[in-house]
Amino acid sequence: MENLKALAYELREDVIDIIMSGKAGHIGGDMSVMEILTELYFDQMNVGPANMDDPDRDKFVMSKGHSVEAYYAVLAKKGFFDRGDLVANFSKFGSKYIGHPNNKLPGIEMNSGSLGHGLPVCVGMALAGKMNGQDYRVYTVMGDGEVAEGSVWEGAMAASHYKLDNLCAVVDRNRLQISGNTEDVMAHDDLHERFGSFGWHVIDVADGNDIDQLKEAFEEAKTIKGKPTMVIANTVKGKGSSVMENKANWHHKVPNEEELAQIRKDLKERKEALR
Amino acid sequence: MGKIANKQVICDVLVEAGKKDKDIVALCSDSRGSASFTGFANELPEQFVETGIAEQNLVSISAGLAKCGKKPYAASPACFLSTRSYEQCKVDVAYSNTNVKLIGISGGVSYGALGMSHHSAQDIAAMCAVPNMRVYLPSDRLQTECLMKELIKDEKPAYIRVGRNAVDDVYEEGNVPFEMDRATVVREGTDVAIIACGEMVKPSVEAAELLKEKGISAAVVDMYCVKPLDEEAVIKAASGAKAVITVEEHAPYGGLGSMVSQVVGCNCPKKVLNIALPDAPVITGTSKEVFDYYGMNGGGIAKKAEEILGCLRQSEQ
Repeated sequence: MENLKALAYELREDVIDIIMSGKAGHIGGDMSVMEILTELYFDQMNVGPANMDDPDRDKFVMSKGHSVEAYYAVLAKKGFFDRGDLVANFSKFGSKYIGHPNNKLPGIEMNSGSLGHGLPVCVGMALAGKMNGQDYRVYTVMGDGEVAEGSVWEGAMAASHYKLDNLCAVVDRNRLQISGNTEDVMAHDDLHERFGSFGWHVIDVADGNDIDQLKEAFEEAKTIKGKPTMVIANTVKGKGSSVMENKANWHHKVPNEEELAQIRKDLKERKEALR
Repeated sequence: MGKIANKQVICDVLVEAGKKDKDIVALCSDSRGSASFTGFANELPEQFVETGIAEQNLVSISAGLAKCGKKPYAASPACFLSTRSYEQCKVDVAYSNTNVKLIGISGGVSYGALGMSHHSAQDIAAMCAVPNMRVYLPSDRLQTECLMKELIKDEKPAYIRVGRNAVDDVYEEGNVPFEMDRATVVREGTDVAIIACGEMVKPSVEAAELLKEKGISAAVVDMYCVKPLDEEAVIKAASGAKAVITVEEHAPYGGLGSMVSQVVGCNCPKKVLNIALPDAPVITGTSKEVFDYYGMNGGGIAKKAEEILGCLRQSEQ
């Protein structure tokens, strides 16, 4: 298998290129979610440009749509579209690479951007699989600030009611949102208990930026029958460079030249250390 | 006289279609009784999804089902479906272009004395403002059947609003003129063109009858397809009359009246009078009492037509 740990850092470098070209992007969440997307797209899901018309393909919805640069980088690496075209045109006038996912681009199932939509949509996707007797799996990734949206809990209630064990949701628990610490903005440190009380199987991933730990969680989720699984991935916002890590003001920020040089250096070093 | 409500016709069409096509799915938000979808739930339980009282979830689940090949029909009171789940309709249905048909039941002031929380006087404006969303308000059970049989064939989003109770037929059984996305000219006329939608078409026809007795020739256009608005029909009717009246069970802003006014103002300017609910919580009462109070009945519409024609005569003198 490909070295996914190093790949996650290579994709972070792509994210930097995308953001520097578009002069915009939600960089902090892009960096925290990268291993989650990498493990899903390059190990767990049977999704690729060749099978997007296959009704049995696994389904993914990027509920935290603002981390679109990470998502685009992954999709380009999967071959859904050209990396150079993406980097050159991201967020530019008339571009198809909008600042949130849109399904006019190959590889993207659903448009997102407004939070709290992915999980309920995935309930519908998982329900369709159950109704049709198909065995595809459905995945979504939410931000931790996103769980304040009431619609998340409507979806959570329905997912356990319909015993959707083909549904696996992930919370990118980086503990920071645009206004600061999630526990100050709207506390939910007992997220495990909350989803558990909604009838979900809940897995805590101590290091949500560790491919091995994520793989273990997703493999466990596949064995759970009769209920959906929530993976709470404890990640680091801005993961990859000390310039950004655990700093709320990097929710969406474009690095200046000095920061950029340091970020590129850090990412390269960490990538090479993993090779 | 129509014996069954338009919403019941929708259910009946879906049950028949659902028996042949297992991908047709009906969803309700604890609204199967009020939507008259109990028949579907009982006859095709494997194709029925209950979401509980969660309208946002109702729409998002429908979108997810549609993305995976299902053909969902989400039925919930129009007041909740159109505004409580507005963003889900906008993003998950219209923007993501999923084949979801949104059935707004008990629309307008169907719920009468239950008050403004239960009235949907904003749904036409709200839904028409969303790109890729079609908006239909059929006028009677016969047209509802024609519309649903057409909608079943396509794979695009749509919002369909119907009322709670059975309404009088506009058309004759076995002889329903219907062309998808084209307004139906119920009767021709040269003095005033009455353009109405939904359950306001029947009182418009009654108004035309009353006007005829007074020697006034009124056209009645059934604009069941509010979006895409049949602009050609609007221009033709307006061009052939001295004034235009629109009638809708909706707030005075952003609905059929606004849309018709845009088309008339741009293409064939003349006086347009919009008969609608007030920009206020409506008076307490049954829907009939409400309509009578605001002049949204045959007599009220006829009176307005006479007034507007009288104004025109005065200004000519």
